[in-house]
Amino acid sequence: MDTESSGGPGRVLGRRQVLRGLAAGAAITGFPHIAGAQAKVLRIGMPTILSGRVAILGTSARAAVQLAFRQINEAGGIAGRPLELVERDSKGRPDEAAKVTRDLINNDGCEIIIDGEASSGAFAVHEVIRDLPVLCLHTCSETSSLSADPKLHVKTAFRCARQGIHDAVAGGTYAAKIAREKGLRRWMTCSPDYAYGRDNTAEFLEFTKLFEPSIEVVDQVWPKLFAPDYTESITKVLQVKPQAMYSALWGGDLVAFIEQGNLYRLFANVGFFSGGLGDPPVLTAIKQLPPGLNTAYRYNRNYPGKPANAAFADGFARIANHEPTNWAWQTYLACQFIAEALKRTGGRTEGAALAATLKGMTLASPFAVAEAITMRDTDHTIVGYPVAWGRTVPKAPFVEDFAQDDWGKILELEAQWKKAKGYA
Amino acid sequence: MNLEALAACVASASCAVTQVSTGLIVGTLLFLVAAGLSLIFGVLGVINFAHGAFYMLGAYFAFSAYTLTGSFLAALAAGALGVAAVGVAFERLIMSRVYGRDLLMQLLVCYAVILILDDGVKILYGGEYRLMGMPEAFAAPPVEVAGGFIPAYYLFMVGMALAAGLALWLGINRTRTGKIVRALAINPQMVGALGINTTLLYAGVFGLGSLLAGVAGALAAPIRTLTPGMGLSILIESFIVTVIGGMGSIAGAFLAALLIGFTRAFGAIGFPLFVDGTMFAIMALVLMLKPSGLLGREAA
Repeated sequence: MDTESSGGPGRVLGRRQVLRGLAAGAAITGFPHIAGAQAKVLRIGMPTILSGRVAILGTSARAAVQLAFRQINEAGGIAGRPLELVERDSKGRPDEAAKVTRDLINNDGCEIIIDGEASSGAFAVHEVIRDLPVLCLHTCSETSSLSADPKLHVKTAFRCARQGIHDAVAGGTYAAKIAREKGLRRWMTCSPDYAYGRDNTAEFLEFTKLFEPSIEVVDQVWPKLFAPDYTESITKVLQVKPQAMYSALWGGDLVAFIEQGNLYRLFANVGFFSGGLGDPPVLTAIKQLPPGLNTAYRYNRNYPGKPANAAFADGFARIANHEPTNWAWQTYLACQFIAEALKRTGGRTEGAALAATLKGMTLASPFAVAEAITMRDTDHTIVGYPVAWGRTVPKAPFVEDFAQDDWGKILELEAQWKKAKGYA
Repeated sequence: MNLEALAACVASASCAVTQVSTGLIVGTLLFLVAAGLSLIFGVLGVINFAHGAFYMLGAYFAFSAYTLTGSFLAALAAGALGVAAVGVAFERLIMSRVYGRDLLMQLLVCYAVILILDDGVKILYGGEYRLMGMPEAFAAPPVEVAGGFIPAYYLFMVGMALAAGLALWLGINRTRTGKIVRALAINPQMVGALGINTTLLYAGVFGLGSLLAGVAGALAAPIRTLTPGMGLSILIESFIVTVIGGMGSIAGAFLAALLIGFTRAFGAIGFPLFVDGTMFAIMALVLMLKPSGLLGREAA
């Protein structure tokens, strides 16, 4: 008798039919569990720059999220929900940043956005969040107006990154002090010829002159962004013979400038101040780092000198195989803010609820100058992070003697600046 | 515009020396790349839009060799010969299939190769910037000449570029092979009819042009940051040089490269905000007054 083909009441089930039945039963009863588990995952989207000349910054921001999420998930997730990162490459293009952010929210089911874009892309993401009001933390843009200009305010968008005006005040204070001590009167600048380079240089000079009015800017050179060769700018500096110079060059451009300047022994006779030199990938890429160059803090495993900061650097290096970048610590901090906000809402992810929790939140952090970093409620930006300047030394971590400006003074001058700009 | 500063610089020996050396530094590296581009166009009649990517490969090959061996000579050899081999393979396997096709087809093929090479470099070396570092032999203070300063490495770089240019000129104008290559540029059918292997010659010329780009990349590696796509900016300047000098003219490329180098060096003193504008203005002027370029052959 062919048991497999028989049917009807009283039929005998064959081995294959039993197996099929078991498989079907497992599918019916098991899949809902799997589907339920997938629904519990809390997806957080991240547009960032993963290709092109500044890809190392985007990949470092991604590694920082991976480290933070691993730690949060190992501790049980948020209300039992593990966090999952969904990252998309914007290639550094604002239009692409806006597009992938919309996709992350609308198609990929992301309930929160970590914006790992440079300023140009961050403004585009900001406008998407105005339309699709999930919680968004900008973790890389330093352009002050993003959070300072009330016309740009978005209720569910926050900045978890250093801010240009804070750095300008601190840089001005530091440079003016050195200029006074060493009699550096004749200054020159060499910065990339685009909006950030010019704005950053103007703000640095504005505050340096404010604190030390005797300094004089004798010349300024503006090499192109991503210029491969700086010889004509360097020889111009040699001709002008300034006592000090400021540069807003960054990344590979700054590496090339310093290596080419070394050939002329440029830094032996000029006091050099840089806003971007302190980023570890820049410091490690330079083969012959001259000692005594002055740089703004971007990240350093020894500053703030806390065990938790060193632990972060070690954990990050295990994932990325290099020291953390400025984008990395800022993004890691953003993850900590998000986790805390989610805990306080009991896992609710509505943008308005999370934003209400995040406003004015103070968070103990390994990166805090004192004990905590605060997400200021008035303009949704962080304060209390390291805004320090230090000097280069030949050995890792390459910068030491950090001088932190007083946050009270920074906030006071920031308020004046906001008033002058019509932001307050 | 600060013409007073420019006049003062020209009148000062130290400033003039420093800026003339700057012009030579900028110009000679540009010449190496443009000479390869011009040679390939002059003989094969194709514009190698992927030439900038070959410059990038030269820099990365040199970086790898220097990292492995610590020898700058090995780095130079790897940059030059490695790119020459890539150039020959590119000519035989890809470009030879689009000879005689319209310019758009050649452009598309080259653009595809640029993307492939850029992505290949990204996969092999990563997307971040890299620096080879200055060889120990050149870690000396800059040489002082009449109060101006010239770094030792730049003296070597300019010397190498000039030697390569001179060897190329002698090779083309004073050797039998050079005569055949010149004949190939004018009448390839006749050269073929004489029993000379023109396919081999085409590949050789393409390899030589690529080698020059590789040498330029290897010479740039100790002083410039290496990134995928780094060939684009030098390709644009090389086109300016070849247009000004005359497509296909090695001597024209040399003259135009120096012109661009000196414009940038002295422009930084006298008209820093219009240096790029001046370069393009010179190109426009040449195109209006002598469309074949300063030393290019007039069309028959």
